[in-house]
Amino acid sequence: MVSVAPYDAGSYVVAAAFLDTDPVFALGDGTLLMLTSDGERRVEVHGGGLLAACMTQDKSAILTSGGDGRVMRTDAEGEATLMAELPRKWIDLLAAGPQGAIAFASGRTAMVRLPNGDLRDVSPSRAVGGLAFAPRGLRLAVARYDGATLHWVNTEAPAQELSWKGAHAAAAFSPDGKYLVTTMQENALHGWRLSDGQDMRMTGYPGKVKSMHWSAKGRYLATSGANAAILWPFFGKTGPMGQQPLQLGARGDQLVSQVACHPAEEVVAIGYQDGMVLVARFADSQEVLLRRPGGSPVSALCWDAGGTRLLFGTEAGEAGVISL
Amino acid sequence: MTLTQDTKTPVTVLTGYLGAGKTTLLNRILSENHGVRYAVIVNEFGEIGIDNDLLVESDEEIFEMNNGCICCTVRGDLIRTVENLMKRQGSFDAIVVETTGVADPAPVAQTFFMDDDVRDKARLDAVVAVVDCRHVLQRLADTREAEDQIAFADVILLNKTDLVTAEELKAVEARIQTINPYARLMRSERCDVPLDTVLNRGAFDLNRILTLDPHFLDEHEHTHECGPDCDHDHHHHDHDHDHHGHGHDHGRAHAHEDPHSVKSVSMTAGELDPDVFFQWIGNVSQIQGPGILRLKGIMAFKNDPQRYVVQGVHMILEGDHQRDWKDGEPRQSRLVVIGRDLDFDALTTGFKACEA
Repeated sequence: MVSVAPYDAGSYVVAAAFLDTDPVFALGDGTLLMLTSDGERRVEVHGGGLLAACMTQDKSAILTSGGDGRVMRTDAEGEATLMAELPRKWIDLLAAGPQGAIAFASGRTAMVRLPNGDLRDVSPSRAVGGLAFAPRGLRLAVARYDGATLHWVNTEAPAQELSWKGAHAAAAFSPDGKYLVTTMQENALHGWRLSDGQDMRMTGYPGKVKSMHWSAKGRYLATSGANAAILWPFFGKTGPMGQQPLQLGARGDQLVSQVACHPAEEVVAIGYQDGMVLVARFADSQEVLLRRPGGSPVSALCWDAGGTRLLFGTEAGEAGVISL
Repeated sequence: MTLTQDTKTPVTVLTGYLGAGKTTLLNRILSENHGVRYAVIVNEFGEIGIDNDLLVESDEEIFEMNNGCICCTVRGDLIRTVENLMKRQGSFDAIVVETTGVADPAPVAQTFFMDDDVRDKARLDAVVAVVDCRHVLQRLADTREAEDQIAFADVILLNKTDLVTAEELKAVEARIQTINPYARLMRSERCDVPLDTVLNRGAFDLNRILTLDPHFLDEHEHTHECGPDCDHDHHHHDHDHDHHGHGHDHGRAHAHEDPHSVKSVSMTAGELDPDVFFQWIGNVSQIQGPGILRLKGIMAFKNDPQRYVVQGVHMILEGDHQRDWKDGEPRQSRLVVIGRDLDFDALTTGFKACEA
């Protein structure tokens, strides 16, 4: 039995997450909306808007960055701590690493706050599009114009350059650490097999890919940007090369705007530009509708650790908790 | 797709050389009590004396797409900033983008047509060029960007008129009109024009096209033959087209006599056959796109109760129905093209041939 508890977040939902077991929505107006057993709580963390948010790797806090040039860490009690600052810059990219490391970026500037609190500059010469920590080790990928750069941020080891012409945005390592995938300004994904630098092109999208998420055990990479969720197979020796992707939740006239894979099952939650949310099973493409179309694109989706609750948020500031 | 939809945030692009007065205008936009909340994207905070959380600095990032064709370059930093601003929907009404003095305005304008996310949320309202009356003639002689900025503009703010004589001002105006006779010219001393004459012009001031005098067409020499040393190749789009290193600066002291300087044409026709027109305009923008700086027009299609507006930058073309033709309004089609090295005679003949 599916039930939806809607909330009026009141502002663009940038991200949704669970802090302990409580839902948290990071909102464009600079606040965190926390749903606790005692009721709703709003914590103002950024003046000048909130632009990015992600969980710390130990899941004990949510990291946010914003138009005030600050990176903040907020725990389940709503206690916010300043972690780093780039005065007068809009910090719109954020990634959480092992041992409390934090990477953040604005324009051409990319920085890492190391576990000991020191800051390290990892800026490329052109625009940074995305940041991702590798699943093992203090290794950071900086997606940038004309490729990506891999840094071992705790050592002086030389950076590794991965080149591919064009503007690269969001970056993601496969959970086994074998692949790095980026979204591009063109309607495509690019991937590198890290063992030998082999390039992979994943194309055919009618729109830009804005959301990607690995399925349980990293078998598939689910992506937005088409009128179905596109899931590229990453098992087997050659990854997605020469393979057809799964297409789940196909609709005639609406593009997928967000995807979130279930933490354990081969099931993906799909959010569309018109606000609809459904889940689809990989094995037989079976779908269950979770939310009817509203007016505004789904901008955030997040499963809880057990895979029984799903958070959603939209650009217009609608939010909700779906219980399955 | 729509040029007129009100749900999109209007964007004003501000161009002009260093020292022309852009910062003065920006300070006014940010400080005056005009009831409109502007998000302002600048290249550097510089002398902007206002601290405002909707004022953002953005490093110009030219993104080349599809093999580096100039027609497909966009401003990556603008895409990102507009996306970030949209997370704060409701806290501003309009966006102003300031470009650097030497910027090519094309990638800025193209960003608002080529990037789907930006197109969804924002529409280019007008390109405003701030011109320093004292120095503009010299700039036009020295550089290609100055000419591009004027050619691209919908509104030209002739600033610092108090620093030139009446004759000099006339010469400046005459020179600007040879490049772009379609822009609205406004004289000012310290950018002291009412802001509503510069901002929120609506759909590129398309109505101006209809009220222009068509005679100027006859006063211009439009034929251009590429000489043997001209390396123009309009069909070849994968070259690296870097304006700053471009080898076309020969003899700029008499820029208005330079065969590569910007010229324009305004064409009129009666009711058009839409099928013929779309095929023709598509060909024009594909083949002559690199030379087209701006293209705009209002079309009357046979058996169509609505006005159809088109606009273009280089090879990008966009069109949509605008509104019903009014009773008594002459159903006339008008197309304006501003550019370099264009075959204006062929354009005029081709446009006429689209008549139904």
